Amino acid sequence: MRSEIRITGLGGQGAITAGNILARAAVLYEGKEAVMTEGYSPYVTGGWSRADIVISTEPIDYPLVTKLDLLVTMYQEGLDLNLKMIKGNGAVIAEKQLVSFSGVTRKDLRMIPVPATSIAESLGRKIAANVVLVGSIAALVESVSIESLKKALADRFPKAIEFNLKALDAGYELASKATGEHMEEAKQVV
Amino acid sequence: MRRSGEVKVSATTTINKKNTSSGALKPGTYFMMGNFACVEAAIMAGCRFYAGYPITPSSEIFERACVRFPEVGGSAIEMEDEVASAAALIGASYAGSKAMTATSGPGFSLMMENIGLAFITEAPLVIVNVQRAGPSTGIPTLVGQGDMMQARWGSHGDLETIAYSPSSVQEFFDLTITAFNTAERFRTPVFVMADQVIGMMWERLKIPSIEGVEVLQRKVMDAKTRAKPFDYANDFIPMPIVGTGTNINVDSLTHDYRGYPSTDYTVSESMIGHLLGKIRRHAEEIWKWDGYLLDDAEELVVAYGSTARSALAAVKQARANGIKAGLLRLITPWPFPDAIIERYSRRVHNIVVPELNYGQIVHPVRENAQCPVIGINRAPGALMDPTTIVDALEVVAN
Repeated sequence: MRSEIRITGLGGQGAITAGNILARAAVLYEGKEAVMTEGYSPYVTGGWSRADIVISTEPIDYPLVTKLDLLVTMYQEGLDLNLKMIKGNGAVIAEKQLVSFSGVTRKDLRMIPVPATSIAESLGRKIAANVVLVGSIAALVESVSIESLKKALADRFPKAIEFNLKALDAGYELASKATGEHMEEAKQVV
Repeated sequence: MRRSGEVKVSATTTINKKNTSSGALKPGTYFMMGNFACVEAAIMAGCRFYAGYPITPSSEIFERACVRFPEVGGSAIEMEDEVASAAALIGASYAGSKAMTATSGPGFSLMMENIGLAFITEAPLVIVNVQRAGPSTGIPTLVGQGDMMQARWGSHGDLETIAYSPSSVQEFFDLTITAFNTAERFRTPVFVMADQVIGMMWERLKIPSIEGVEVLQRKVMDAKTRAKPFDYANDFIPMPIVGTGTNINVDSLTHDYRGYPSTDYTVSESMIGHLLGKIRRHAEEIWKWDGYLLDDAEELVVAYGSTARSALAAVKQARANGIKAGLLRLITPWPFPDAIIERYSRRVHNIVVPELNYGQIVHPVRENAQCPVIGINRAPGALMDPTTIVDALEVVAN
């Protein structure tokens, strides 16, 4: 079973860090196979950046994503440009303040807006919006548990772990509620 | 202009928490980038000298070496360019150290002159090329496999080179250790021909305990024996180390057994015969390859590096489509495993060779195959889609 996830944002939002935590959790704490590849525009700050993650129970041959099970985006173009890459009945998690679903014509997608920036701000640090989104991913992705993500998060941010765990939990709870009664169905997507 | 990315130390400052007393990482499972794995392998192989110039997409190797080499008592220095980097490796090698650098196409071009110098002076060293796309500065951030022939023929005069081509983060680690061992054994420059996808991807990495890793050390000449420093009758000659009293001349000119320049034809013949022969006579010991579904294969894909990952997916898909496809993955493109290609080519109908260039390794495959050989060539800048290879298999199979 192979699942493909793209996390995309603008330079500084932490898309690649988010992807790294997710793939790290899959490999080290779920015992699964995972590959993370990175992509950037030529700009350091403000240009797009993305992490592509393939997670599988089997050894991974082709290491890049082809059809996304889940797109996570923190900017509008990230949704617009990648919409056609999402599988039928796939899912999108988007930063609510920065991304609008209004232009999306596809009816098959499960779309979950997450106010990641305002949640992170309310916890004290806006910079953790990407960690809030990682928590949201756990609500949708069956291949990586929230417990494994917590361990991977602690590896990545050993000094600020308490704060980051709060951000992770907030994202997880919010996305779990958002998927609501469709949660079991939603989980099967990825 | 071609260089992007400065050396930043902060990203890797927490590494030393997991070190063993030898400085190598503790054995265990890691989630690591290919370029980082390369550095950890070099440390495990005993390399303690790095000279380089940062260049995308190899810069993480230099970046991590700048943190890790000082931690293990080694040195990593930034040179003014890649010409000097390769020259510094030769100096370090003759001073008795295992030495390495990492670069990409533009830097590899600049190193060619000193690769020849390392070859003729028999200085063991390892050069990692994380290949990017295109000629000149090309596309720094994207994948290519355009330097495969340069690794073989890029330096002037007759050379015989050794190159490894990893297809995963784990293999990048493993082959970097092997590259050092091979360099030490053959006293010659050895290349690790990675590419942007393999260098920059993050994957599972199992780090073995250092006791379980075979690490070769070069034979060192005993100054007291006054042995011939370039004894061409012997494939594996002990290396004179600078400062130990061997008092030998190391020359880039064609040199006799004492190391002195000579224009005598018999000297030329014996020297070049030795330099090429020590690798050619032992090529089969160097060859590494890997097979998937070869036993009943009728259509064979020969691939290497990141393209071999696409090829593996393609072979599985082709099998699902009813084509008896198999994969022969070249782990050592150089010296070319000619007898292996010949052997498998006799069992199959066709060979297809996918490469992210316009036809390089397809040539020695064709030279040695006893069946039709079809190149699948794509512009660099994107990893080959498996369906491209499946399509080619469909065509040749029908």
